Amino acid sequence: MGAAPILRMRGISKSFHGTQVLHDVNLEIMPGEIHGIVGENGAGKSTLMNILFGMDVIHSTGGYEGSLEIAGKPVDIKSPLQAMEHGIGMVHQEFMLLPSYSVAENIKLNREVLKPNLVSRLFGSGLQSLDYERMYRDARRALGRLNVGIDEFAPIAGLPVGYMQFTEIARELDKENLRILVFDEPTAVLGESEAAHLLKAIQEIAAEGIAVLFITHRLSEIMEVCHNITVLRDGRVVATRKKNETNVLELAELMVGRSMQFNTNSKRQVQRGKPILEVKDFKVDMPGEQVRSVDLTVYQGEILGIGGLAGQGKIGIANGIMGLFPASGEVKINGEPLELNSSQAAIAAGLAFVSEDRRGVGLLLDASIELNIASGAMFGHGKFLKTWGPFSQTDRRAIRENALKYIKQLGVRCTGPTQKVRQLSGGNQQKVCIARALTMNPKILLVSEPTRGIDVGAKQVVLDLLRELNEELGMTIVVTSSELAELRSICSRIAIITDGQVAGILRPDDSDVNFGLLMAGQPIEKGA
Amino acid sequence: MQSKTTVLRESFVPRSIESIKQFLVSNMVTIMFVILSVLGYKVSGMTPFLFFMDITARISRNAFLVLALIIPVMAGMGLNFSIVLGAMAAQAVVIFVTHWGIGGLPGIVLAVALVTPLAALLGFLTGTLFNRTKGQEMIAGLILGYFAQGVYELIFLQLVGSLIPMSNPRLIMGSGVGVRTTIDLTGGLKYGLDWPGQYWGNDLLLRPTLPWTALGLSVLLALVLLAYQLRAEKRKRWSIPRMVASMVGIVVIAAWSIVQIRSNSQINWIRVPLLTWLVIGAACVGLHFFSKTKLGQDMRSVGQNRHVAAVAGIDVNRVRIKAIILSMVMAAWGHIIFLQNLGTFSTYGSHEQVGLYSAAALLIGGATVAKASIKHAVLGTILFHTLFIVAPAAGRQLFGDAQIGEYFRVFVAYGVIGITLAMHAWKHVLQSRSDAKPSGTEH
Repeated sequence: MGAAPILRMRGISKSFHGTQVLHDVNLEIMPGEIHGIVGENGAGKSTLMNILFGMDVIHSTGGYEGSLEIAGKPVDIKSPLQAMEHGIGMVHQEFMLLPSYSVAENIKLNREVLKPNLVSRLFGSGLQSLDYERMYRDARRALGRLNVGIDEFAPIAGLPVGYMQFTEIARELDKENLRILVFDEPTAVLGESEAAHLLKAIQEIAAEGIAVLFITHRLSEIMEVCHNITVLRDGRVVATRKKNETNVLELAELMVGRSMQFNTNSKRQVQRGKPILEVKDFKVDMPGEQVRSVDLTVYQGEILGIGGLAGQGKIGIANGIMGLFPASGEVKINGEPLELNSSQAAIAAGLAFVSEDRRGVGLLLDASIELNIASGAMFGHGKFLKTWGPFSQTDRRAIRENALKYIKQLGVRCTGPTQKVRQLSGGNQQKVCIARALTMNPKILLVSEPTRGIDVGAKQVVLDLLRELNEELGMTIVVTSSELAELRSICSRIAIITDGQVAGILRPDDSDVNFGLLMAGQPIEKGA
Repeated sequence: MQSKTTVLRESFVPRSIESIKQFLVSNMVTIMFVILSVLGYKVSGMTPFLFFMDITARISRNAFLVLALIIPVMAGMGLNFSIVLGAMAAQAVVIFVTHWGIGGLPGIVLAVALVTPLAALLGFLTGTLFNRTKGQEMIAGLILGYFAQGVYELIFLQLVGSLIPMSNPRLIMGSGVGVRTTIDLTGGLKYGLDWPGQYWGNDLLLRPTLPWTALGLSVLLALVLLAYQLRAEKRKRWSIPRMVASMVGIVVIAAWSIVQIRSNSQINWIRVPLLTWLVIGAACVGLHFFSKTKLGQDMRSVGQNRHVAAVAGIDVNRVRIKAIILSMVMAAWGHIIFLQNLGTFSTYGSHEQVGLYSAAALLIGGATVAKASIKHAVLGTILFHTLFIVAPAAGRQLFGDAQIGEYFRVFVAYGVIGITLAMHAWKHVLQSRSDAKPSGTEH
């Protein structure tokens, strides 16, 4: 290993529209080193990598502060093309592959081997022919370095995801000047044996002298392959550790741990009622939030939290139960099986949903508050309607009374029930969403990301509201949230979803380490 | 890992029943039109002579225009309805070349030389517009065609003869302003490419009879196929059944030709415009060659996924503009071929249907808005125009009114575009649904 670092990032700061996402980040990597970067969602990992790769999102939002050095020379990377010229390769989380091309054509994408012909001599190099023989040979060589037996002639479409991942890596390896290779959560889509194979390949790549940046939240993988580990939290480097100086527990704590200011719900001991919602072997095809197999029981009168990192499937559960995304498996409400993939059935069964996509799915932004509050019950249960033979008409008076009741009860700040929802603040919009769900008189309230995009003061109000609904009306609530601290402040139990499955169910006063371990896909060791 | 690879290879071996079903479903439109054409021909009671004469002319007239649509489909821009602009450019140039009195093959060469830069400029502008309306290229192209129609009418109805001096009683309206609504190319560009010899007083130069052409073509095709089979790598070779079927087809055509030649039937009176066919053949070969060049590969990359192509460093917008320029230039050339074959054209109307009819022909050949090949273009041209020929006659036979057949073919042209677009969208939905299935189920 040479003494000079191949990549040095110094004092990197970046803000998007006034929100600081990176604060003074420093990072150094030696050739041949595998450097792990861990952190929760929103810790700033992707932003850091986007800066390194010269992505357009960085430069179209005002660039960044700090300096980049590659092999001791300061560089300014303005586009992915420049990043490639500096020898930076990236294996993307979502595949950058073209489905109808062969593996070889994808590996040589825009770096095709060309041979001149008569026409290209006359009309310019753009018309040079592709030299398929040499492209296949190069592809075979790159795949050989990874030790995988992928057929370089096979089209990408129809290949297992693991093969796609290896094709991507082979593409980077095939670049002759490759010096730094970034892996962005490469094992997220892989099965166990494929992941193990990949880790071995990464070690072999590093042994050739290429510096590897390895981003993941699977801590065991980090411990297995990395030489050094940087932990990011809230856009800051909280620790840089050598592998043999740390352990999974410490990393988990560093990753999640924050001076949390909340009072857990632990005092209010759970009086378990009967099971009201039972979910068995539940699968949901929600793009980016795949639910693979979830078993979960919700008891009457509790607040159940569903937590976990983004992309692990927690959001998919409520959406799947409500029939918004294709689902399969078994869902029972009060012991009665629920018809899946039907929103009407879910609503009829007494479920109400406050979506995480408040402005997209949840609200009619240009309609009045009163109409928004009434709409769910109107379409779902046929309330607030006066029927005249084949025609029906909205019952304005009932709608108004209902709206006034909830505006008062939930404390919606507005000029009146006829104000347009678009004009409300995020917190008040969320209250309208909750009012709409309550108007449907649900047996179970499903709430997704209740505090997303609303300001700090309003967050507390929304959380208090959920708690009051539970305590005073005895409503069963299932809250899905990325904010672990919030879940711990109102829930009686918290299920952590990892890789589309329930990794474990914790009590709100369990230790940070346990939460961190479950979110990182680690089993909890007893006595930890 | 190794074992998985072999499993994968096995799954590529077609299972006969499944693959036949697959073939029928994915070629539904084409199969339907083959049946319609055959039935139509039977019902129409046309003589083979009339039919073959007509279809020979129509293929030479339209095939090149249909080929012009392939490149934009490759680049993911859908059916390029803006080729109407290329057709207008061609008409403008033809008007001027006719005005200068240059006819025959030299006239055609001059028109092609003049129209190329004009069409390239229009293609550049259209491509720039399409880059600002990504994903809406088809509707943008249609609307652009209507817009250009207005500009074209302004120039040729109002400006020619007033601002642009031109005095030619054959071309200009009696008032001295504006180009006549119908232009006769007789004695000028008419048959300039189809009968290249007429310029030198030899009408039969490069105009072999249909049976001889068919015989020649089938021998050529058989030789090319055999050479390919012997020289290509093993994995690219045609399968035995496919090879046998093709050879049987070729032999049948050759046998038919020989029978015709020996029988002294009317078919022998049909003359093929060989030079035009050679130009069309050259365009096919050129397109095939182009798809295997760097620029062609870039277009296919952009066509599959703009984002992935951009991340790989391809200048997406540039590639898209080049695709439209190529398509526009080809369309302009194709329209010159179209006009010289018709011999007379309506100044303000001949270009109007070019985009729609070419698109319909391509789709009938089995293309979609995302995938089109030379095969689709050739087959589609034959089928679409067969239907055009037989529909009025069939209408007269069935309903006693040729007009009903006319209605039917117009209905078919628009209907097929609509249906294919809908089917493509539907397939897309099915695809994304099956892609979203939880992983682990594929194997």
